[in-house]
Amino acid sequence: MLVTINGKQYEAEAGQTILQVAKKHGLYIPSLCYHQKVGVAGKCRACVVEVEGMRGLQTSCSVVVRDGMNVSTRSEKALQAQKLVVDLLLSSGKHDCLSCAQNGKCELQDAAYYLGIERPTLVFSDLEPHGDESSEFIKVDHNKCISCGRCVAACQKTVTNDVLDFGYRGANTEIVFDDGKLMGKSTCVQCGECVQICPVGALTEKKVAGQARYWETEKVKSVCPYCGVGCTMEIHVDRKLNKIVRVNGDENSPVNEGMLCVKGRFGYDFVDHSDRLTSPMIRNDDGSFRKASWDEALDLVATKLNDIKVKHGTDKIMGLASAKVTNEENYTFQKFMRTVIGTNNIDHCARL
Amino acid sequence: MTNDIAGLTKSDVALIIGSDTSEAHPVIAARLKRAAKNGMKLIVIDPKRIKMADYATIYACQRPGTDVAVLNGMMHLIIKNGWEDKEFIAERVEGYEALKAEVEKYTPEYVEKISGIPAKTLEEIAELYGKAPTAALYYAMGITQHTTGVDNVKSTANLQMLCGNMGKVGGGVNPLRGQSNVQGACDMGGLPVVYTAYQQVTNAEVKEKYEKFWGCSLNANNGLPMTVAIDKAYEGEMKAFYVMGENPMMSDPDLHHAEEAFKKLEFLVVEDIFMTETAKLAHVILPASTWPEKQGTFTNTERKVQLLEKAVEPPGEAKDDWEIHQLLANKMGQQWAYTCSQEIFEEMTKCTPSYAGMSYERLRNGYGLHWPCPTPEHPGTPVLHVGRFTKGKGTMFAIPFKEPAEMPDAEYPIYLTTGRILQHFHTATMTRKSPGLCNLAGPSVMVSVEDAETMGIGNSAKVRVTTRRGSIVTNAFVTKRIPKGTAYVPFHFAEAPANMLTNNALDPVAKIPEYKVCACKLEKA
Repeated sequence: MLVTINGKQYEAEAGQTILQVAKKHGLYIPSLCYHQKVGVAGKCRACVVEVEGMRGLQTSCSVVVRDGMNVSTRSEKALQAQKLVVDLLLSSGKHDCLSCAQNGKCELQDAAYYLGIERPTLVFSDLEPHGDESSEFIKVDHNKCISCGRCVAACQKTVTNDVLDFGYRGANTEIVFDDGKLMGKSTCVQCGECVQICPVGALTEKKVAGQARYWETEKVKSVCPYCGVGCTMEIHVDRKLNKIVRVNGDENSPVNEGMLCVKGRFGYDFVDHSDRLTSPMIRNDDGSFRKASWDEALDLVATKLNDIKVKHGTDKIMGLASAKVTNEENYTFQKFMRTVIGTNNIDHCARL
Repeated sequence: MTNDIAGLTKSDVALIIGSDTSEAHPVIAARLKRAAKNGMKLIVIDPKRIKMADYATIYACQRPGTDVAVLNGMMHLIIKNGWEDKEFIAERVEGYEALKAEVEKYTPEYVEKISGIPAKTLEEIAELYGKAPTAALYYAMGITQHTTGVDNVKSTANLQMLCGNMGKVGGGVNPLRGQSNVQGACDMGGLPVVYTAYQQVTNAEVKEKYEKFWGCSLNANNGLPMTVAIDKAYEGEMKAFYVMGENPMMSDPDLHHAEEAFKKLEFLVVEDIFMTETAKLAHVILPASTWPEKQGTFTNTERKVQLLEKAVEPPGEAKDDWEIHQLLANKMGQQWAYTCSQEIFEEMTKCTPSYAGMSYERLRNGYGLHWPCPTPEHPGTPVLHVGRFTKGKGTMFAIPFKEPAEMPDAEYPIYLTTGRILQHFHTATMTRKSPGLCNLAGPSVMVSVEDAETMGIGNSAKVRVTTRRGSIVTNAFVTKRIPKGTAYVPFHFAEAPANMLTNNALDPVAKIPEYKVCACKLEKA
């Protein structure tokens, strides 16, 4: 079917919402509570548009398109309402961007930029800091929360951990962990789904504070190094420092749909740990190790393996392949054992 | 897995037996919990009241090591009530009569005596499962790490064939594999009896094919599995080990025995990223690159091959493992000349029928491919055994229940079982480098409220766990999730290593050690 948005016709499919059609064609409408994963919430009202023949403004995230529908996302009335919503959201908290980890990926910031809001009209200078840093990996800043409900929906419906919910009433409504515990004292397993889906800086990773910002990192596709589920991920790399800044789940992956666990998302410290082995080592007679060149170490290995082969036979040598290295490396390892050593003594810890 | 991950929400019923899914495979657990919330019925059978039980329609607490009896009991009831898939059995299965005769005696009352599962609960489970149009079965090491590991696995397959749950979306026998590329390591021939794609080393035709492909003569004899090789090293029969990215000094059963074995070797070379417990015993250590530092592929638990791109540079002089193998091979007279992992992948696909249709280009332009993928046009195979089993007819096996190798007695009255916790991975070489993960979870022994009361201890009290092999002291985690008479120790922690305690009795076929059951005693320390 065809839908007209801001005077131009676009192809649309039955069942799509106005917001989905607009997004598909690269048209921006401010929207904060909708996320493809958790679906329509219809809460924030930032996405209101005018639809010909429909009374009042409509939330584009929840209205399904009809053939021939005529939508205006930038009419004076629509823009005014969008601006009011975003202005009030900005007024309702402390949305300071300067050291916010979400800067550059904040959907509220995007909306304010689009609508040309430099400062909120109303400023409450008496807002006390209201955060929770009790969790190991995740920081909560309630003053940046816009109560969009994405994290609550994600925790309950996506990762199904059932920890996050809304608590309290009216203007005091805020996200709570279990029955109002500190995040670190709650049953939260720190999978970080809430951080990945939060549109603002209310839920951020502690580890990224002060590190390279979103636009400074290169995003590299990878697969989690831990269990066998094979969650695909996006590694955000600071090239200048050769350092991983953060890891996000790949939202389009049929394996994990953006989800990761606490290890996959936060457990990459081992990569640049100071205990990494950085040069070959050879054991001295007294049991200590000394550094060696690759040439010296490999010469020694080659000589020793050859000697044992000749003296005792090829089947006196055993090779352990690895469930943690790539297919290519397991292939070359077994090829080495079979063709160079001449044994089928190859195994790995699949059983252990 | 015979089935794919994306399809796991399509079941009417799912049975989890021997998998602490939310601890060891949290993202699959999330999908199963979500499906359960949306109407899928979930059955959980486990000695521990695992988190998944909170989402289950029925949870049954079994004694450790009683899986064959429980599964035979389910099949007894399914056959007795006529809930089996008669058409599937007639067309696609052999060995049904023998199975039927074997499970005859596994009445709910008999199974209750063995497993501790109340007869009525087993009846409810069998009815829910037997009547389901499509049911999936999930297991992990809770099924395999037994002296009856092979029997247990065959029993899961018996149940799925009996109910006609094979070869369809939402069904299947689905082992959840525990390491990022454990499936791939097996597929690539990292096993003593097969080349890539499970081609037997003792098959003369296969051997000839590889001799031609690699241009050399090959050994016609099966090699040794690691558990056997370590015993032989202990006896002084093995002379050298080359260990790549593994830490048997933490992961092997009965570590005292393993250490003696390694110390008797003439030569030990370890290729790794850290000074592991095993590397400390090596004569030569070779520094390797790790996961984000190289390009390559992993094959996950659903047989899906996925591409990893290089994100950061390795530290110091560390090299990719394949590059180390090439340098060493060439020192030993070969002329290997790979310039990148893609070239290795291309060579591998030429001798590996199930990967033959894959290429980096195809893997990059999507989200990987499930094997078998025999041709460049083939879309991959998310569900195995559709319409026909790979081998023709599926074989059912009549399997009698056998007790674990070591049972609790007067001296060691408690069942000891081991496994993983969410925050750590395997021997924790990687996860314990994360201060955050270490703060979240450390070594412990999970004990029941009743046993804690008997000892007069509370949470975090020091407890000594002793078996016939060794003894550790660690912190008690007193929990209602563990039944009286059972203790659970995660195996990640070098200062309280579960494998000082475990029994190195092996399954006679798979040579897998019985990590899930042995006898211990608990004392206040």
